[in-house]
Amino acid sequence: MKKSQYTKEYLFAFKQTIPILLGYIFLGIAFGLMLQDAGYNFVWAFFMSIFVYAGSMQFMLVTLLAGAQSLMNTFVMTLFINGRHLFYGLSFIEKFREMGKAFPYMAFSLTDETYSVLCSLKVPEGLNEKKISFLISLFDHIYWITGSVLGALIGQWLSFDSTGVDFSMTALFVVIVVNQWLENKKHFSTLTGFLTALLALALLGPDSFLLPALACSTILLIVFRKQADDKPREEEKAKA
Amino acid sequence: MTHSILIIAVSALTTMAIRFFPFLVFGKRKVPEIVQYLGRVLPCAIMATLVVYCLKGVTLFSGNHGLPELIAVALVVVLHLWKKNTLLSIGTGTIAYMLLVQVIFV
Repeated sequence: MKKSQYTKEYLFAFKQTIPILLGYIFLGIAFGLMLQDAGYNFVWAFFMSIFVYAGSMQFMLVTLLAGAQSLMNTFVMTLFINGRHLFYGLSFIEKFREMGKAFPYMAFSLTDETYSVLCSLKVPEGLNEKKISFLISLFDHIYWITGSVLGALIGQWLSFDSTGVDFSMTALFVVIVVNQWLENKKHFSTLTGFLTALLALALLGPDSFLLPALACSTILLIVFRKQADDKPREEEKAKA
Repeated sequence: MTHSILIIAVSALTTMAIRFFPFLVFGKRKVPEIVQYLGRVLPCAIMATLVVYCLKGVTLFSGNHGLPELIAVALVVVLHLWKKNTLLSIGTGTIAYMLLVQVIFV
């Protein structure tokens, strides 16, 4: 029996998302455990994963919630951590607009991982690319929600000593830094961020160093652009 | 409770605004050069800063002197340079850290 078009499209979309399935379930569980540990149950995990849907930011939100941080701090932190998403949409402006009703959801659900899958997507002849793109975004979202709810439930049902589980957030950021280090020729930006943060921590203390550190790093990167930028500027390229 | 919901709402709305921004603003206009540049270099600085943020509670001069954190971070870095498997690095690092703080450095 021949597989229907419908089944083929679902299967193709699912296959593209298998690496994300593993990643999101696992990281989602880590997030859910951490959230439960901070006193917020699976209902919170469910709604946070539906509406915020941003891995690193949700980890950071656990810390912000636990410390009852101000809304202004939350706003600025979100800008810094998710600011990079500004650049993901740029690659898909035309493509998403053509998707009609699905457009708002496609823009909303463009996480790091979904972006990377959609960027490398090559749809075989005869299958509907728009539908497959939508399914990929939707599947990834469902994995993340499932993982985080599962993590919160595990934390609630199994009473094991979860001290230290919050290290998963540290490990996630360390892995991202290592990946960035391997990908880039220049390490000025990574070092600027690291040293500025250490200095700010020493001067201002653990509760209020983060935003000043990020602001200083941004200014330093603008001032020392020659040292930091991997790509030469347009005008210098023209001269060369 | 209300404050917690507000924190999540602010974060959700800000994230949505960021993700919709390029579609609303840069549809036809060219992205400013300085914005493109910051888009290339800022993520590295932010992630390095966040590592420091995660470790801000470490006490270097008392308690465990930051040894569990140092060992676990080193393990994550070495494992990731070796295997380049994100889940393996995070999973092993987290379990190692939990063992370190629960069993070894009590």
